[in-house]
Amino acid sequence: MKKVIEGSMAVALAVKACRPHVISAYPITPQTHIVENLSQMVADGELKSEFVNVESEFSAASVILGASATGARAYSTTTAQGLLLMTEVLFNIAGLRLPVSLTCANRAISAPINIWCDHQDAMTVRDSGWIQLYAEDCQEAADMQLQAFKIGENPEIMLPVMVNMDGFILTHAFEPIELLDQKMADEYLPPYKPEIFLTTKNPVTFGILAEPQYYAESRYRLEEAIKASKPVIEEAASEFKRIFGRYSGGLVDKYKLDGAKTALVGMGSVVGTMREVVDEMNSHGQKSGLLKIRTYRPFPKEAIYDALKDVDNIIVMEKAISLGLGGILLNELKSIFQGKKKQPRISGFIIGLGGRDIPTQSIINAVKKVESETIEDEFIDLRTELIGAGK
Amino acid sequence: MPKTQTKSTKPEGITVKPGSSKEYKTGSWRSKKPIFKHDKCNDCRICVMVCPDGVIFGEDKKYWADMDFCKGCGICAEECPVKDIDMELEVR
Ligand code: SF4
Ligand code: SF4
Repeated sequence: MKKVIEGSMAVALAVKACRPHVISAYPITPQTHIVENLSQMVADGELKSEFVNVESEFSAASVILGASATGARAYSTTTAQGLLLMTEVLFNIAGLRLPVSLTCANRAISAPINIWCDHQDAMTVRDSGWIQLYAEDCQEAADMQLQAFKIGENPEIMLPVMVNMDGFILTHAFEPIELLDQKMADEYLPPYKPEIFLTTKNPVTFGILAEPQYYAESRYRLEEAIKASKPVIEEAASEFKRIFGRYSGGLVDKYKLDGAKTALVGMGSVVGTMREVVDEMNSHGQKSGLLKIRTYRPFPKEAIYDALKDVDNIIVMEKAISLGLGGILLNELKSIFQGKKKQPRISGFIIGLGGRDIPTQSIINAVKKVESETIEDEFIDLRTELIGAGK
Repeated sequence: MPKTQTKSTKPEGITVKPGSSKEYKTGSWRSKKPIFKHDKCNDCRICVMVCPDGVIFGEDKKYWADMDFCKGCGICAEECPVKDIDMELEVR
């Protein structure tokens, strides 16, 4: 059944379909509607979850850590400063191999204060050991929620999964959403039954001190596990398609890349705008395609290389920056082509920071620019009067 | 399940059985060690109470530290009212 609902409601309903035992979150714009909807569902008795109110995101993350260690399926949601406040706990959750899930309503990081969308929050915790998925639209954000627990709770993986959806652009957008049928959701996502959990019947200790003779092996296993999640992420998407009839997960999504000379690369909602640009370019005879990165961690190197190995020109558009280096995705993508025979020209642009609108024309202009030269880390559409340029 | 995998990626080694701290010696990063001189000790047991690791044991003016766990922080020596504990450089 399709219904026009807000993205936040689509996610809240998807979380409900996952039957989490414990939810803990602290409201922060633009994630607020997700928590409000969930707490309403719990208050109305529609959702049988323990909703734990907390005084900060640090506590919210700690609550889901503890809950998950007892064998509960646990969920939280946050954004920007809230995600950064969770940071220490995020690393612990991954290190303890607890398959919780979190929706990050992607938002810019202060200062200056800005509550609108970019990807700096999630990109900043990319090395925490969390699997990171990025949704292009509200349907994907909802569908990936179910897949998040499916992937994370795989006994060979046992990792937390963050589903990223663009703040406001998706959280506050009303779209026709295919609602997740509870019976199908139950078939897809069986109850969580971890092998090891905290119980008085069989006591264990979580989070021990690991001296130099143990620590490296623990981190090695974490790295092996997150790498091993690549086929699991693909399988979770195929299984989802088998039950629900639509494909909305996986590692990457290719669009018109067969025979393309130019490829655009992006993540999140901007991909929709990029797709329009690709269509327009093709209608003018410029053979171009698009690669959507759905899974950012683990970084799907093989899938990206496979998709882009035949193009001449790659243009990365990203909503985050590693200050002092430049585009994060740009540099990671470049590393994939290190030592390969065919070297495409790889350019990168920083776009849409702090919710700056990204019109199709801006992307078209960027594509035109790299026809003749490689451009790295250029900010699109900078207002020259505000940066003291052009005087 | 990943098909290409050669070894298990399960989170083994993340948890341990309870009460196993005694078997897991954690005194390796000490650079100084306490020497209990057993000379002027007045049995006040302040050292026993202030040791952050709780590894000082003994009675009848004869106290000692479990060196498998002592971190060499020197609090016992600092707080001993009669200076009956010295801190000495640990040589390994
Ligand atoms: S603090 Fe000094 S005097 Fe007191 S019990 Fe310990 S060693 Fe003895
Ligand atoms: S040096 Fe510190 S850890 Fe060692 S016995 Fe004294 S108080 Fe305890």
